[in-house]
Amino acid sequence: MNLTSLSAKLSARFAINALLLLVVLSARFLRAQESPYIVTYDHYLEEPGNLEVEYFSNFGTQRSGNDFHAFWVEFEYGATAWWTTELYLDGQTTFGDSTIFTGFRLENRFRLLQHEHFINPVLYVEYEQINGADKIMKEVEGHDIESEKLDPNGVARQEHKHELEFKLLLSKSFNGWNIAMNPIFTKNLSPSEPWEFGYAIGASRPLALKASSKRCSFCVENFVAGVEMYGGLGDAESPGLHETSHYLAPVLAWNLPSDWTLRFSPGFGLNDNSHRFLLRWGLAHEFSGFGEMISHLFGGRR
Amino acid sequence: MTKPRSFFRSRRLTALGLGGLLVMGVALSVAQSGQPVATNKDRTHDYAELGKAPEKARHRQNPLEADPDAVAAGRKLFEGHCAECHGDAAEGSKKAPSLRADQVQQATPGALFWILTNGVVRRGMPVWSKLPEPQRWQIVSYLKSLGPAEKRHE
Repeated sequence: MNLTSLSAKLSARFAINALLLLVVLSARFLRAQESPYIVTYDHYLEEPGNLEVEYFSNFGTQRSGNDFHAFWVEFEYGATAWWTTELYLDGQTTFGDSTIFTGFRLENRFRLLQHEHFINPVLYVEYEQINGADKIMKEVEGHDIESEKLDPNGVARQEHKHELEFKLLLSKSFNGWNIAMNPIFTKNLSPSEPWEFGYAIGASRPLALKASSKRCSFCVENFVAGVEMYGGLGDAESPGLHETSHYLAPVLAWNLPSDWTLRFSPGFGLNDNSHRFLLRWGLAHEFSGFGEMISHLFGGRR
Repeated sequence: MTKPRSFFRSRRLTALGLGGLLVMGVALSVAQSGQPVATNKDRTHDYAELGKAPEKARHRQNPLEADPDAVAAGRKLFEGHCAECHGDAAEGSKKAPSLRADQVQQATPGALFWILTNGVVRRGMPVWSKLPEPQRWQIVSYLKSLGPAEKRHE
């Protein structure tokens, strides 16, 4: 059995097991109220002391090459009500090629204002140490285009990227709707590389605004639907839309009881430089009181 | 064919491990220092936040006051989002104050809604504007239904 078919089987088995687990655990009460976005960020941070562990998949089609399945795991911790810190581990399988680890990211988000305002800004700072085979496409920036992902993994992984990424997360909630916009600024730490720019925007709304009085998995208010759009805006040397890729993706989140969230998003390339189709899904679980538990382990006060 | 080269070199592993530990350690430290031990003085400060609600917000009426399901729905939401810090019966914990206290029970529905919407970020309470307005009002309905702590013993 080759590595690709083994990876595909493991992915399928993981998905089935995860869904079974969801059904089993859908027994207690509503907790999470997560946004459906996969690329865009709103201004809400992780609750202090909670750890959210998330798994995401990104299946993408590739013209003139092999399709791929990229995946990543996120560990998101609410340090305070104004600071969330996060670790990402990325990997991918390119069909007919290989499965590889592609790097890690350390991300921090800082809420800039104490109260809610007409627009709520959050500063996003991320350090990435990834290689050229990374295909999770958590953000699209600069002149990222489909043909860049044609190289076999063995070649692409030779390129090492050390990047700092800054985003200004602007978001507003009103009448049940959330509107979010994220301008993106990325700098490869190699001095010869220019700043790159990108964007992500999203809008979403729960399918019902009032909560029902009964405890349920399938209550309409547990589902949040929306759409996001993201793409590159060139770099400091050649800003603009030429040689950039852009995507439009409906998004749906199912906030299950017992802190589980399932996200699903088919994405469609909007120009010839974009992958024609991306299929993303993710499964997240929130561990309440994680910080307190760890603190107790190391002799913190009770 | 290019021979795959391990991306996971020991130097990177070390950097990843140290970086992750550093971030998590700092985060935990800040999180703990941001959660004051419950004292009367601290709680006074917590309740004082209610007084910061603007006049207009304070006088907003609960549109779900007459909704017979609002209290039950609010209780469900409270258990999901608030009980972890404020206690299952809203009696308070070392992380967050009692919501049965007079200061809360005598506050206007509008002031409670304002606190829910804006949080008290520097004292560890997140903003809850991610809950749609009707759900925040449902929580207010539940809180106002609790009454002061001593009533539980009557």
